[in-house]
This record gives sequence, C-alpha cells and structure tokens, in this order.
Amino acid sequence: MEFKDSQAIYLQIADYICEQVLLNKWQPEERIPSVRELAVQLEVNPNTVMRTCELLQQQEIIYNKRGIGYFISNDAVKKIRQFKKDSFITNELPSLFRSMYLLEIDIDELKPYYEKFKKSNFK
Amino acid sequence: MINIQSLKFSYRQNRPLFEDLSLHLEAGHIYGLLGKNGAGKSTLLKQIAGLLFPDGGSCEVMGYKASRRQPAFLREIFLVPEEFYLPKVSIRHYVIANAPFYPRFDEQAFYSYLKEFAIPQNQQLTNMSYGQKKKVIISFALATNTKVLIMDEPTNGLDIPSKSQFRKVMAAAVTDDKCMVISTHQVRDLDNLIDSIVIIDDHKIIFNQDVGTVTDKLSFKMLAQLDDRMPVLYADSSLRGHAVILKNEGTEQSKIDMELLFNAILSNRQPIQELFN
Repeated sequence: MEFKDSQAIYLQIADYICEQVLLNKWQPEERIPSVRELAVQLEVNPNTVMRTCELLQQQEIIYNKRGIGYFISNDAVKKIRQFKKDSFITNELPSLFRSMYLLEIDIDELKPYYEKFKKSNFK
Repeated sequence: MINIQSLKFSYRQNRPLFEDLSLHLEAGHIYGLLGKNGAGKSTLLKQIAGLLFPDGGSCEVMGYKASRRQPAFLREIFLVPEEFYLPKVSIRHYVIANAPFYPRFDEQAFYSYLKEFAIPQNQQLTNMSYGQKKKVIISFALATNTKVLIMDEPTNGLDIPSKSQFRKVMAAAVTDDKCMVISTHQVRDLDNLIDSIVIIDDHKIIFNQDVGTVTDKLSFKMLAQLDDRMPVLYADSSLRGHAVILKNEGTEQSKIDMELLFNAILSNRQPIQELFN
C-alpha cells in the first residue's frame, strides 16, 4: 500500500479497510486480519493499526469480539457510505465546484461523463 | 522500562557530552532516537546497554543499574551496533555459541527472519557482504526476544527491498512487553514504524513525544503560499512549495514529517516545546 503525504497514516489505513468493505472483499460479520497481520502487511507500527481499529469501532464499522478479533459490522456498508458522503461533500466537492465555476461547466454537462466513467470502471 | 536520571558523561575532560540528561522510555513502543552527528546517539544507546558507565546520575533499565551488568539484565537486552564484528564461523555455529545467553531465544523465528531477508544459511559469516551480515545480526537480535532491543542505524547498508523486509519483521516483533529503540538518520525508511520520537541535542533530550500527540498539536502541510495569519512554526521552502509545520488548531490529523519536525525543533525549539508543556 502506498501512503500519501497528506493524511495521518491511521486514517489512511481506515480508508483502506473501508474500501475493502465497499468493494465487497471483506463481508459483514467477517473477521478482518489481526492488528499484527495488518501492521506487517502495511509495514507500520501495530499501535498505529490499533488506533485505526479504535476509530472504526467508535464509528461502529467494526466490532470487537474479545479474544477473537475485529469483525465487520452488519450495517458497515451503510455506515461507511454515510461517513464518506459527508466527507466528500465537505472536503472534495468545494474544489470540484470551484473548477466547474471557473470553467463555466454546468452540472448537467457532467452527466454523460459520469455515466461513461461508471460503465468503463464498474461494469 | 528505561529510566535515565540526570545523566552526566564525557569522553574527555572539560568536553561534556551529556549534562543532566533525563529520559523515560516505556514498553510497547518503538522509539526513534534522532540527533545530529556527534550529538551522542550511539553513546546514549551504549549507556542503556551497560557498555559505557555514567560519570554522574543514573541509568536504570528494567529496574537494574545498567552499569552493574548483572546477568539477569544482560539476557534481557540486545544491542545491534552500527559497527560490528562477526567471527569466521557458519550461521549455525554462531547460534550455538550465542543463543544460550538468551533464555527466550526462538530458533525457528531466527531462521524465518533469515528467510524473509533471503540470507543463504550455510555460508561463513565472514564471506558475507556488510548488508548480509547486518541482516544476520538483526535477525538474531529479534529472535532473542529480549525485553529491550536497541538498534543503532539498522537500515544503514540495507538495500532497497530489505528496508521493506526490515519494516515487516519489526512490525511483527514489537509486543506490549518490549521496548525498542532505534537510532537513525534515515527517518523516511522508518517513519511509519516509529511511534515515538526522541531528539537528542545540546547535551540532553530536548524532545520525547509519541506520534499521536505530535499530530494532535502540530499539523504538517505543503502550501503553495505562505500567509502571515497562519500559525506557522517552521517552514522549509523549495520549488515544490512550502513544507510547513503549523499549530494544529482543529481536529484534523496530518501525516507527520519527521525530517521537517527534526529540523524545526533544532532551529526553533522553544515555541514547539511550549505547545507540548
């Protein structure tokens, strides 16, 4: 996994885990790799992964079964979508809107691009 | 786990290296010890390992006075030095001769680390390259399972793929009851592995904080333009823009840039230290 320079590592790991869930690679009620396994795989300090798990647990995306490990919550997908949507609207939309405004692009004008993108990437 | 109080030390009279140096390190962490050349990183590590003795003050490790070099202390500490000597024997003989000093030595783990580092097992140690020897010592060090593990510049001399292997074996080896201390100049090799930063300068420890606290208090950003109204504590300008450290006034957590932090603390120490007090 390539880390970016912009965001704390534990948040980037949280994004990685959420992405695995949204892509259906990790299913609800499935056990995720242990803190140590993730730390080794991502070459980071286990305390950093621990921090990620605490965050995701607090957001009820994963839950802890004592002595067994962390599991994906039943409604994880719904929860992740909500969090991601909020963050997309506050963090990413403004710069997109700014470019659209400067280039005088109308929202309707983007629709065919979006449809094309969906077709070529996710079908 | 490691408790150093008012340590005084000098190699030569009237040239003190440490004056009133205090440091407290706990188990469950990987500490990165940073400092300029000649600041005393290796000397401090040798004090902890009981290879050099204080002129004043005390250095206690796991409750033992390091300078007394008691067997119960020595079997729970391992130092990977920057410069080392290995005898003209095979890996197997090296293990037979040295492993018995460490009661929790895990032979299976040792050979799996060697495998991870792709070291051929039936070679004479003296016929190996510097980097290969270093990997043997690192593997041995991790396999000893000592409570305190100290590494002086471990990634020096390692090639590009083995830096990634090194991070993997370290991430696998750290546990709640172990304290690891790594001194390094190449912080970029290890910045996701280290969870606490210790900076030595000017005869003492001037900074000791865990990464989480640092990113709570400081934010690291790349800016196209500097603005006087921003709480900039340090800026490093280049063609890419301005790499800056700001006071973190929100809840956003940025990725720590250890090189930038190190330069900031050495050149503009006071306002940063005040934030942490």
